[in-house]
Amino acid sequence: MTISSFTSVLIWLPIAAAVAVWILPLSRYATGSLALLVSLVEVGLWIEQAARFDFGRNGLQLSQNTPWIKDLHVSYHVGEYGFSLWLVGLTVVAMAACIGYGFWVGRDRPRAYFGLMLFLTGATVGVFVAQDMLLFYAFFEAMLIPLYILIGVWGGPGRLGATIKLLIYTMTGSLVMLAAIIVYGLKVGTFDLVDAPTSYSRWLFLGFMLAFVIKAPLFPLHGWLPDAYREAPPEVTAVLSGVIAKAGTYGMLRIAITKFPEPAHFYRTSILVLAAATLVYGSVLAFRAPDFRGVVAYSSLAQSGLIALGLFSATNIGLDGAVLQMVAHGLISVSLFLIAGSIERRTTTGEFALLGGMARGRPALATLLMTTGIISLAVPGSAAFAGEFLILAGAYQRAWWWAVIGATGIVLAAMYMLRLISAVLHEARGSTVREEAMDLRPGELALVVPLVALLLSLSAWPAGVSHHSFAGDAPGNAIRAQFK
Amino acid sequence: MIATPHVDWFAISTVLVLLGASGIALLGAVLVPRAWRRAFAAAVAAVGSAGGIVTSVWLYVDSAGGHRVIADAFYRDRWTALAQVILCATALGTVLISVEHIPDEHVAEFFALLLASAAGMTFFVGAANLMTLFLSLEWFSIALYVMCAIDYEREGSLEAGLKYLIIGSFGSASLLFGSALVYGATNHIGFVEIAQAVGRHGLQGDVLLVLGLAMIVAGLGFKASAVPFHMWTPDVYEGSPTPVTAFMSSATKVAALVLALRVLQSAFPQEAHLWSWAFAGIAVASLVIGNFAALVQRNVKRMLAYSSISHAGFMLIGLSVGTALGARALMYYLIPYSAMAFGSFAIVAARERELGVAVTLDNLAGFGWERPFLGVAMWFFMFGFAGLPLGGGFVGKFYVLAAAYRHGWTWLVIVGVLATLVSLYYYLGVVRAMYMRPGEGLGAPAVLGGAPAREPLLHAAVGLALAVSVGSLFAVEPLITLAKHAAASLPF
Repeated sequence: MTISSFTSVLIWLPIAAAVAVWILPLSRYATGSLALLVSLVEVGLWIEQAARFDFGRNGLQLSQNTPWIKDLHVSYHVGEYGFSLWLVGLTVVAMAACIGYGFWVGRDRPRAYFGLMLFLTGATVGVFVAQDMLLFYAFFEAMLIPLYILIGVWGGPGRLGATIKLLIYTMTGSLVMLAAIIVYGLKVGTFDLVDAPTSYSRWLFLGFMLAFVIKAPLFPLHGWLPDAYREAPPEVTAVLSGVIAKAGTYGMLRIAITKFPEPAHFYRTSILVLAAATLVYGSVLAFRAPDFRGVVAYSSLAQSGLIALGLFSATNIGLDGAVLQMVAHGLISVSLFLIAGSIERRTTTGEFALLGGMARGRPALATLLMTTGIISLAVPGSAAFAGEFLILAGAYQRAWWWAVIGATGIVLAAMYMLRLISAVLHEARGSTVREEAMDLRPGELALVVPLVALLLSLSAWPAGVSHHSFAGDAPGNAIRAQFK
Repeated sequence: MIATPHVDWFAISTVLVLLGASGIALLGAVLVPRAWRRAFAAAVAAVGSAGGIVTSVWLYVDSAGGHRVIADAFYRDRWTALAQVILCATALGTVLISVEHIPDEHVAEFFALLLASAAGMTFFVGAANLMTLFLSLEWFSIALYVMCAIDYEREGSLEAGLKYLIIGSFGSASLLFGSALVYGATNHIGFVEIAQAVGRHGLQGDVLLVLGLAMIVAGLGFKASAVPFHMWTPDVYEGSPTPVTAFMSSATKVAALVLALRVLQSAFPQEAHLWSWAFAGIAVASLVIGNFAALVQRNVKRMLAYSSISHAGFMLIGLSVGTALGARALMYYLIPYSAMAFGSFAIVAARERELGVAVTLDNLAGFGWERPFLGVAMWFFMFGFAGLPLGGGFVGKFYVLAAAYRHGWTWLVIVGVLATLVSLYYYLGVVRAMYMRPGEGLGAPAVLGGAPAREPLLHAAVGLALAVSVGSLFAVEPLITLAKHAAASLPF
């Protein structure tokens, strides 16, 4: 097996494992162990890939290409660029943590649950490595199926409404994208993302952007987000905000900006306005949110705005920062939602009014929440700071006021994150926080500590991602060359 | 003495195999003791339809250059053969689910009728003139009328049969009248000769011809249950025994659409500008009415009936563009579609048997957890119908929309995409009902009591349908190649 086929293995191994889990009559314990094992193997395969990846080289690496529908020039074409490698890494790490979390809390109907989580892993990796538009679309949609069932079956009391909203919003976007894909692909005579020439069509650009803006999401198309993030089981919310939402911003980078340079330029200001509005609006809502998950959900919204700001600033450092921020925010968001889940398990609620004083006697919980929270509010020296700084510097190169708006978002981030930390950990003991509610257990520590450790190492060496996302660390050139 | 034409027996071997098996099954109704009758008739029917698959595959392989046989009344080509493979596979699946689901009385007659109607359909798809077209249409329709009403003790079955008979006869009459008008205009009944006569005598736009064409389109529209000829569909699908519904929703649609494209392409190429727009209109109407009506259905069979109308709309897009790409798209689409339609009705049949009442969204509650395999299969079918990439339905939709775009009809792409969006709501409604509401507390326990029957054959049939619908996503290239060769038999 060559190293290139690892890309396919990363997609199909978890899907095959999902089918195995559904078919084999395994016990709860065996099912969970198998799922966790597969997700760790994924991490191992990814590390192997990353070690062999040539960050200095232009063009697609670790690629495989076989015709799928010859008639219409659709192919099964997968491969990775620097930035997709990091997003795949984020996916496999986050999924391993979330599958571990599901195992730890003992989700009922384990075979269905773990099968869906594994399927989700494969589909999400597929989105980040697909180099054919139809294949990309197929994985983009395939992600939605397990999510729909995971939220609808294992979610909170309002789950049915949440799933319908999620589905209607995201499918509207993706079906419009499907129309755009058909038109674009047939017009240029290939669906291959590497070969397809750039297009000047503003309609097609908007068709793609609609799907990505909904998925990311950006204001004002974020209507599905609050319900979905609150009602989903915590580990699914973690995947949704940490990884799936990144598919939206990834799509902006890989397709919208790269393939539609002229329309992207034409609509740049409008999109920057949306991104800035998302950042400020999300931050304000996060500051007002009455519960743990609400704060993290709206802060994810704000972060999507920030990432889009970096991408559409169309400057070298802005793009570097956007990729770094995708990875950093992914890790932050997964850690925070998993911690939120742990707190909800102890107190049955995430309402700040009913929480408080959890730091006393729970050092591990306090330390981890403080660390993640502080990284997330972009304290200088943290990974998030590096990402946000690059994005703001990029935005500043575009025009100084974008940076001012962006900086406002960062100030607000400090406010809402400190509010969260103090409402959960400090202040008087909340009515639902019982004295005997335990500190994080070894199982939970084993999931969150590695994530926080990754965040700390990323804080120590952000250039590990930001300088290794585009060939020759020249994002502008790479995009102009369409990553060829 | 009357001169008989040379008969190419091999060209009609599929029809003969099915018809022969039908005869044997019918004899079994009289000669085989009651205790053995079900097993005997089912075995004969299974062997017959499997034999039909073998002969039609053989015919496909052996008919590279298509031509007409038996006094130019029947096409021996790959378009016919591929449609026959799909039809026989559907018949085989129907046999599997019928064994456990058709009441004891008249069980052998049921299988005989099933094979007879399958034989009629396999003949219908190869029809080369208006006479064989009409005869084979009646042939399979009459068998279907009786099949709909076979469970006459059940409320609705007889009514369904009667309704189908009356409205179906209206459709047949329209087709016959249309054929007469076309014959009147051109003096020919052979498809190829009609086109030649139109060209030779400059009959383009002739009133009789166009009127005749319109009536033929209406007659075929009834069989394909396309709007506005769809009003019988929900009632008949709901009232018929569910295995019959499964067969009708997949096989009848295959036969009607495959033949419609053949008639239009070979007999009326000069009128393409007319029927192209007519079918585009019918397609849009089917998409709109099928999808919006399905939104409000509580009865799952009715919902699936409307969904089949909307899929007829999708397939008619492939037909209306009148290109080789459209023909390929149609033929490809039929493969996952017939598997999904068949499979989903088979699952409804299982639930219906378990409950003893009509299956609604409410009493599907908890079904997914109670019967995991059928539940998973059902969600595959529902997501597949909705065009999510869990099966060939996704590629099928992509293909017909691509054909529409190639034809310059971007607006039709947009309509198709919007229709898919609407359809999501009701397809996901089924998944929601099966998994996301606990069965207990909603007052829908198994009415008949006890554990559900084991139904190994039904499971096998559903498994096959699942394999075809998922497999067609991965094996697009081989299937499209088959469809491409098949479409090469048609004059484009």
